[in-house]
Amino acid sequence: MLGKKKVLLGGLSALVVGSLLAGCPPKKEALKTSAVGTDAASKVYVPPGKHDEFYVFFSGGFNGQVTVYGIPSGRILKVIKVFSVDPETGYGFTPETRPMLMTSHGFIPWDDTHHPWLSQTNGEHDGRWLFINANNTPRIARIDLTTFETTEIIEIPNSAGNHPSPYGTENTEYVVAGTRFSVPVPQKDVPIDSYAQNFKGTISFIKANEPGKMDVAFQILMPGFNYDLARCGRGPSHGWCFFTSYNTEQAHTLLEINASKNDKDYIAAINWKRAEECLSQGRFQEVPAVYYHNYYDEKKHMAVSEVKKSVKMINPKDCPGVAYLLPTPKSPHGVDVSDDGEYIVGGGKLATVIPIHSFSKMLKAIEQKAFEKEIDGVPVLKYDAVLHCEVEKPCLGPLHTEFDGKGFAYTSCFVSSEVVKYDYKGCKVVDRVPTYYSVGHLLIPGGDTKKPYGKYLVAMNKITKDRQLPVGPELLQSAQLYDISGEKMQLIHEFFTIGEPHYAQAIPADKIKDKIKKIYPLAENEHPYAVKAEKDARVERKGNEVHVYMTMIRSHFVPDNIEGIRVGDTVYFHVTNLEQDWDIPHGFAVKGSEEAEILVMPGQTKTLVWKPKAPGVYPFYCTDFCSALHQEMQGYVRVSPAGSNVPLRYYTGTPTTQK
Amino acid sequence: MNILSRGLLALASLLLILTYFLPLWRIELVAPQYPEGLRMFIWVNRITGGTEFDLYNINLLNHYIGMKPIEPEAIPELKILPFIIGFLIAFGLLSAILGKRVLLYAWVITFVLLGVAGLADFYKWGYDYGHNLNPNAPIKIPGLAYQPPLIGTKQLLNMLASSFPDVGGYIAVVSLFLGFLAIAIDLRFSETGKAEVKPA
Ligand SMILES: [Cu+2]
Repeated sequence: MLGKKKVLLGGLSALVVGSLLAGCPPKKEALKTSAVGTDAASKVYVPPGKHDEFYVFFSGGFNGQVTVYGIPSGRILKVIKVFSVDPETGYGFTPETRPMLMTSHGFIPWDDTHHPWLSQTNGEHDGRWLFINANNTPRIARIDLTTFETTEIIEIPNSAGNHPSPYGTENTEYVVAGTRFSVPVPQKDVPIDSYAQNFKGTISFIKANEPGKMDVAFQILMPGFNYDLARCGRGPSHGWCFFTSYNTEQAHTLLEINASKNDKDYIAAINWKRAEECLSQGRFQEVPAVYYHNYYDEKKHMAVSEVKKSVKMINPKDCPGVAYLLPTPKSPHGVDVSDDGEYIVGGGKLATVIPIHSFSKMLKAIEQKAFEKEIDGVPVLKYDAVLHCEVEKPCLGPLHTEFDGKGFAYTSCFVSSEVVKYDYKGCKVVDRVPTYYSVGHLLIPGGDTKKPYGKYLVAMNKITKDRQLPVGPELLQSAQLYDISGEKMQLIHEFFTIGEPHYAQAIPADKIKDKIKKIYPLAENEHPYAVKAEKDARVERKGNEVHVYMTMIRSHFVPDNIEGIRVGDTVYFHVTNLEQDWDIPHGFAVKGSEEAEILVMPGQTKTLVWKPKAPGVYPFYCTDFCSALHQEMQGYVRVSPAGSNVPLRYYTGTPTTQK
Repeated sequence: MNILSRGLLALASLLLILTYFLPLWRIELVAPQYPEGLRMFIWVNRITGGTEFDLYNINLLNHYIGMKPIEPEAIPELKILPFIIGFLIAFGLLSAILGKRVLLYAWVITFVLLGVAGLADFYKWGYDYGHNLNPNAPIKIPGLAYQPPLIGTKQLLNMLASSFPDVGGYIAVVSLFLGFLAIAIDLRFSETGKAEVKPA
């Protein structure tokens, strides 16, 4: 009897897997390591000195940064410092940048970046800003695309695991955040197994269209699920944002099994215009919450933090029409809106179909109250009433979808390591290509806007074994570039990324490159410790704090000799780079410094804090090869024992008696 | 002077007004590390860079070879030149009104002399900048001077230096050319006038 059961189960599972695989091609060629067309090289060759067609911004995943590449060449352009300290530039070490990484939990030198999102105007990329989420300690950063530097970070209260973030609205009115982990809201000490009673989800809308003024405009209190990815509507669906959820089972342990039970989870549809109405009608609660807003002032070269004390919380029970749930099979990951704003594709990572919802059907279903039930005040719409179609047997583990603007959708499939292309209106698969291996997100430049470019597709892979020279157990992740301009997708290039390329955004280079700032004008430098001319360089003692107002220019520091520092002093080197020429940074490092070096851009001021521990003469020098006399760009600080009375003296060239 | 020559002289004088609004001369430095070039424009009353910061950067580079910084405020010629041009304009217009041939000749000769003096002065400045180097300069190459060419292109270490008139300069040339043309026409007409007079 027992044996029979086992056979039966075995047979059944073979059947299931077999039927899943039936929809996919034989995996043999997918396992070959090369499938590149013969003309691939010419398609990606950008001669030295020529510029790429697109900027691509890859999230750095667990390194907390953003990496910028050019495509089609796959050349690296920059690593943008966002949520992790950076010893190369001093980001997060200097007093000017430390406030950027302040949170309600204190100073946090690391985070996990997942989803870059380019600002939009009228549903198209406008090249002003890039936003990116911090997943671990929920935050959203704004990167200014004239400098490719992080200029603003806001913390998201009542959230844990800021995963569906920071996707934004078509005029960058808002960027969104959702909680991956539901937690007690507000936080409190409760048994974990009281999840169902005590744990809640929040979805946040952050005002994003004014630099320096990011603000959590409002939060919506949602059922205690895990919220995964998001996308806001455009065109007809402008005013709505969509969020996938999983663990609608509300499990709190062994989620691998316990959160994979329901046939369908939900896509949450949030009507933010309705939320704005409720706000103006006072249908919200002002909930105490401590969170940080950090802003870098480019003129002061200095970041400041402000602490916020409360947030506006909307309970859907008090604001009918603000939130609906769309049943979606099964544990959906991606939720992606087509370029025309009408179709909402769910990527059910455990589903055997790709469900496509219709926005207009959803509106009709809401109007006709085609509700299945209600969860915590949020109506659940009937699946059949909102569904446009299901793409049958697409692949295994569909995750995330982008659009080419020509009527096709492209979905990445993690388990079967491939990309499928299908006609999303007709619900028919038309092409598929293998990826190497285990693709997460994919990218089509502009594929999340009203006007996708539809020329390239980038697959971002989690696993790259055998794709490159081995370098030990840890390998880089990969980005694979496909030409999608023809009927068949064609792999044309592969390059490797720093950190995990969780998701990426791309913009035509022409939309940005002429707006790039080359220097910080010295005349506009309002840093309180800046000195704009060598004659103003000086050293001032205030008790046991010594402030060095130093300048740097090819190829010397002023002053380059400093005496009269004592053990026990804290020395602040406020260093201003007097250059006004593109690509002439200078670096500053001093022996025994417990902080990073600082790299100071032309016209900028940065501060290195140094606490010498023993008497002696300590050299400092320029770390960035700046000129023919770079090696001569150096100086000395004399440190005397505590309590000694060596007079304070400083000079470059002939010593003069100081005032 | 006949009416056509008077008109040409007036036009030549008025054209010079444009030189107040357009640079006379440009010096350009191109090097491997300055692919976009560093530019310096000489106007009647000032010196500017191709960008807001070019002059600053040229001075920054010049210190390696011990060249004096270029400080437009310290160049007396730039204070005089606007008046010289103003004088030429007034003189030319007055001559055109009075219509005396000798004034036309005087105007053209004055213009030529001023032009030659200007170029000579410019050469002197260039010579001084290129030869009077700080003895403590970090880079010293025996026998090498850094004088930019008066007109033309020259390799100075890693820099390809070129020096050419700019729009204002060309306008001045056109103005002078119109002066010569006025003389030529005046001569031609007076000759035919004489020829016509004879048979009568
Ligand atoms: Cu340096």
